[in-house]
Amino acid sequence: MPLLEVTELETHYPTSRGLLKAVDGVSFTVSAGESVGLVGESGCGKSTLGKAILGLAPVTDGVVRFDGEEVSRLGSGARKPFRRRMQMIFQDPFGSLNPRHSIGEILSAPLAVHGVGKAGDRKDRVARILAQVGLPAESIHRYPHEFSGGQRQRIGIARALILDPDLVICDEPVSALDLSIQAQIINLLVSLKGEFGLSFLFISHDLSVVRYFSDRVLVMYLGVIVESAMASQLWSRPLHPYTRALIAAVPDPARRRQVAPLDGDLPGPQDVPAGCRFHPRCPLSSDRCRVEAPLPRTWAPGHDVACHHADEVPRASDQP
Amino acid sequence: MTVPLLEVHDLTIAFPAAWPVRNLSFSVAGGETVAIVGESGSGKSLTALALMRLLPGAARISSGRIDFVGQDLVTFSEPAMRKVRGARLAMIFQEPMTSLNPVLTIGAQIVDVLRLHENLSRRAARARAIELLDLVRVADPHRRIDDYPHRLSGGMRQRVMIAIAVACGPRLLIADEPTTALDVTIQAQVLDLLDGLRRDLGMGLLLITHDLSVVGQWADRVIVMYAGCKVEEGVPDVILHRPRHPYTEGLLAASPRTAEGSSYRDGLLREIRGSIASALGEQGCPFRPRCPKAAPACTLAPPPAVVVQPGHLAACPVLNPRQARDAVA
Repeated sequence: MPLLEVTELETHYPTSRGLLKAVDGVSFTVSAGESVGLVGESGCGKSTLGKAILGLAPVTDGVVRFDGEEVSRLGSGARKPFRRRMQMIFQDPFGSLNPRHSIGEILSAPLAVHGVGKAGDRKDRVARILAQVGLPAESIHRYPHEFSGGQRQRIGIARALILDPDLVICDEPVSALDLSIQAQIINLLVSLKGEFGLSFLFISHDLSVVRYFSDRVLVMYLGVIVESAMASQLWSRPLHPYTRALIAAVPDPARRRQVAPLDGDLPGPQDVPAGCRFHPRCPLSSDRCRVEAPLPRTWAPGHDVACHHADEVPRASDQP
Repeated sequence: MTVPLLEVHDLTIAFPAAWPVRNLSFSVAGGETVAIVGESGSGKSLTALALMRLLPGAARISSGRIDFVGQDLVTFSEPAMRKVRGARLAMIFQEPMTSLNPVLTIGAQIVDVLRLHENLSRRAARARAIELLDLVRVADPHRRIDDYPHRLSGGMRQRVMIAIAVACGPRLLIADEPTTALDVTIQAQVLDLLDGLRRDLGMGLLLITHDLSVVGQWADRVIVMYAGCKVEEGVPDVILHRPRHPYTEGLLAASPRTAEGSSYRDGLLREIRGSIASALGEQGCPFRPRCPKAAPACTLAPPPAVVVQPGHLAACPVLNPRQARDAVA
């Protein structure tokens, strides 16, 4: 049984311009101990999907099961024991920490909310988690502004892990950080994954970070998952033209001054094209793509793709 | 020998109690793309602002020269600078939304720049603005010209910024993180556009970025900055594959991108310990507190960049112990 099972999840928002379908029928699983990457560009719905799983964004339709229980229909009280086991790390370590609370207060708040331990135990627990994320013990009395971006992200990680969760959803956890600090935080997440026995849903726009930290990768475009595969499969044999374009768009010193691989702008979720959502930008699009949305089909074990023309994508070995 | 378009000599920028850029020298030739790479706190953006003479209030150029087409911009008065800025020397910024005026149409903003620097009628300026939008590959420029910025996507806004920047045919375009706020597929389009304009207009392009892979694909020459100092300079192939400075080496090793085919299950990334804050108050090499190769010589003075092979400079006393000693002496 997977730890997390998401089935046909939809998050739709009513707007003055009609229904905004941020997440429009997404299904996937995360097994215990697995790290699943979710990549896509801005507006594709990846952050909304992460929040909807935790109940921080509305679920219009579909089911989220955690450890076999359906959590998407639970009220906040009934959800609480599950919330403790599913935590989130945000992109912006500045915006997600209350500037008026000391680190000790920030880190003991989740313990108080979930009624874990007595006041004295909580202090020990805070001290222990600080050490585990690599922050000095005296941080407990200090305030968020006294820390650098990388250290603040360590605080965000400590807050997520202090309840000893099973699943952590990370939303762009290293995007705001400099490269030299990025590696420190990724390494910390890798170590903590082993230490706490964590599973991850790792949301990012950065393909190279996702490739490194994920066992399996989901590629999202305008509210739907267009391809999913083991990380190694996805990079050696990307099938969806969008996945191929994403990989090709990563700047590569080997391709000096090569032309832009993909034309057109990313449409917003309020003007989702008919048929296949990617067809206006797709080099392979045909009449069929303009009218018929492709359903995901299994190409190889563990490798699914939603494209009418995935067969026509040249093999990686045929590439110059 | 031709005179380089831009020659910066020993530029030092001072705040009341800090020197965010120290003794920086580099040059850009016409038609050349030079990239300055560095992380936050490296001084790369302040350098760009200093070239435009747009440093924030508390900062000033405390020494050095900025020779642009043979004239030292440091000596220019503000009125003289205003004639250069936006005309022969132009700049685009990371965030195109905050750089465009939200209450003016994009056409009005392009026309403003044209009429400020060139003697054009309204009608002629508008016709030229449409040509410029076409040049930066904005589809349907006749209709788009009357749009307000909020109607455009991030990528389109950056194209409009580029149109404004190249409106008067600058000799040098400074692009400060031009694609950082953009999605990866749009990023590729904008870099391709900038490169095409550089070639077609024969401009020099100074690309300021934190992204080493962008540099590798688009730059002719790379300058790596750390804590206000140039630590290494060379062609992209050398910087990305045979770097000599421990900081550049560390950055490349820390990138999951360069760890080709690697997965977290195979091992951790090689991190650079500590943070750039440790350079504050450092008397010697600014990277010393984080450097795995630090030696006693590194504490003496900031090391000068010396030639390690033709076209390749590095500022590391461990690499060039004798030259570093001579420089101190």
